[in-house]
Amino acid sequence: MDKEQKPELICPAGTPASLRTAVDGGADAIYCGFVGPTNARNFPGLNFSLDEMAKSVLYAHDRGAKLLCAINSFPTAGRTDIWKKAIDDAISIGVDAVIIADIGMADYMSKKHTNARIHLSVQAGASSAESINFYCERFDIKRVVLPRILTVAEIKKVHDAIDCEIEAFIFGNIGMMAEGRCSLTNYVTGLSTNMDGVCSPANFVHYEEDENRNLTTRLGEFAIDCIGCGQNAGYPTICKGRYNATHRKGYYAFEEPISLNLTHLLPDLIDAGVTALKIEGRQRSKAYIKSVVSSFRSAIDAFAKGETPDISDLLALTEGHKQTEGAFLSKKWR
Amino acid sequence: MKTKLIIGPNLYNWDPEIWRDFYFKIADEAPVDEVVLGEVICSKRAPLFNGFFDEVVERLENSGKKIIFSTLAEITSNIDRRLLAKQVSQKNIFIEANDVAALLNINNTPHAIGSYMNVYNEEALEFFAKNGATNITLSPEIPKSAIAELNKTAKNLNIDLEIIIYGRIGLALSARCYHARAHKLTKDSCKFICDEDPDGMDLTTLEGREFLTINGIQTMSYTCLNLANEINDLQKIGIYKFRISPQSKGTIHASKVFRNLLDNKIDKSEAMVLLEKEKINAPFSNGFFHGLPGNEWRV
Repeated sequence: MDKEQKPELICPAGTPASLRTAVDGGADAIYCGFVGPTNARNFPGLNFSLDEMAKSVLYAHDRGAKLLCAINSFPTAGRTDIWKKAIDDAISIGVDAVIIADIGMADYMSKKHTNARIHLSVQAGASSAESINFYCERFDIKRVVLPRILTVAEIKKVHDAIDCEIEAFIFGNIGMMAEGRCSLTNYVTGLSTNMDGVCSPANFVHYEEDENRNLTTRLGEFAIDCIGCGQNAGYPTICKGRYNATHRKGYYAFEEPISLNLTHLLPDLIDAGVTALKIEGRQRSKAYIKSVVSSFRSAIDAFAKGETPDISDLLALTEGHKQTEGAFLSKKWR
Repeated sequence: MKTKLIIGPNLYNWDPEIWRDFYFKIADEAPVDEVVLGEVICSKRAPLFNGFFDEVVERLENSGKKIIFSTLAEITSNIDRRLLAKQVSQKNIFIEANDVAALLNINNTPHAIGSYMNVYNEEALEFFAKNGATNITLSPEIPKSAIAELNKTAKNLNIDLEIIIYGRIGLALSARCYHARAHKLTKDSCKFICDEDPDGMDLTTLEGREFLTINGIQTMSYTCLNLANEINDLQKIGIYKFRISPQSKGTIHASKVFRNLLDNKIDKSEAMVLLEKEKINAPFSNGFFHGLPGNEWRV
């Protein structure tokens, strides 16, 4: 790997304090969103006011980092003005790129702000060279955030066939469903991941313990899992629950509650042509951000110098939690 | 405007001969105007139906039904890409795109946008219309208020919005095959075991409550969408194209019931009684339309 190939480290921030932590920890760019429904992590207590975002842009720029603003949910008809204003605001305060998922908003931004950088959100679900090239052709997108469903070998082929940069997730929580195309939360709660920016909203989550201390986790009326004494109860996300099917009982029908960790695949990802490596977790604490960012910073710097990095810190971060290389390692995952 | 009924794409892995006979019956008996053919869920399944495809097309065309050719909803592997390339390269057919990838080479040829694409707002609608779309089937999760707003724009752009009114609801797609996973197999080694479940595989909670349905890489509702009670509302909004999603039981029956309902030969309570008589073994739901959880039924 030569210097020019050294990838950017992209880190999440749910609050201005987390953003400063990520910048100070060595992130090349931070991604974050405005308060409200315009971004896909519309959680209570998270996200930035316009004033906070403006100050954060200055903080990042003063220290040589970039700020990427996620405006990546899908506005429903009759309320697109909120999303358009968010895009206009983001550009006016000098963010380095806007991460967009909705094709209508990509069209709006490419016409209104012709010189601004559009990054295609993972929520757009562009999983093939054909799809990415369509977005490049029509909206001149500069970067695609790839869905977490491709193998490294497939990423290489996509890279060779498209005209924009690739950003790939390397660490954090993973959903199993194609992003931007999942109505499971809405089926149970009446709130939509695409339209309201929520997945398994906390106010629909319940934990019920029986007399034998078995804990049932529930989203709305539906049991998502039941955990015996002493076991870790995961947050009840539909795609990480246990269910019964005709031929298999009490199994993780979609995926085990597991974290993505591509530390071992970093060199392969970089060789495949990935420009930016992304850490998931805008909902995570400052302390978490601090350790993940600094660990990945050292790992990437070591790889860039041709050294083998010490990744024990990164492995320790997920200690006690199962981790996976998900779809990235081989087609066998599918 | 004359109301139109459409049979949507078959989403399941049926025995090819049953598949053929289903469409022969649609051609002969179903009072529908359009039929959508083509594999949407799994590129591995598509070749299974090749042997009967031409005769099905011919029979449907001879019965006066317009045929729409649907494309894959998710394009990931090389097999997917090759199937998509084949689907969109055929001349003189009307394509329904279910993934943005299908649009790359469509080049302003008139086409439809399927329910697996995200069309939630006026700007998206306008973009697709300018790109050559003449018909858009909305995602079933879009509520009445947004359908009404969208249809105002659609009218101005001179394109049709189509609403899915009957059948299990597609809720999510994945790269992983969950049918294979349930049998401890993988997508590449799946042995096509999804053919055991003509209406998908039930997934119940650990408490035994029916919850979801697995159809290969697709996760669907356990409930069966039924907008018989909402047809009037939809017509008032200005919608006149209605889609029924094929199931192993009651599809042609449902098409007749909805035809009669649309023609005011029966009312909605009569329609409900008839629809209950012949259907798959799952309750009805209409929650999404009302902005409620999609699994719910609002009377």
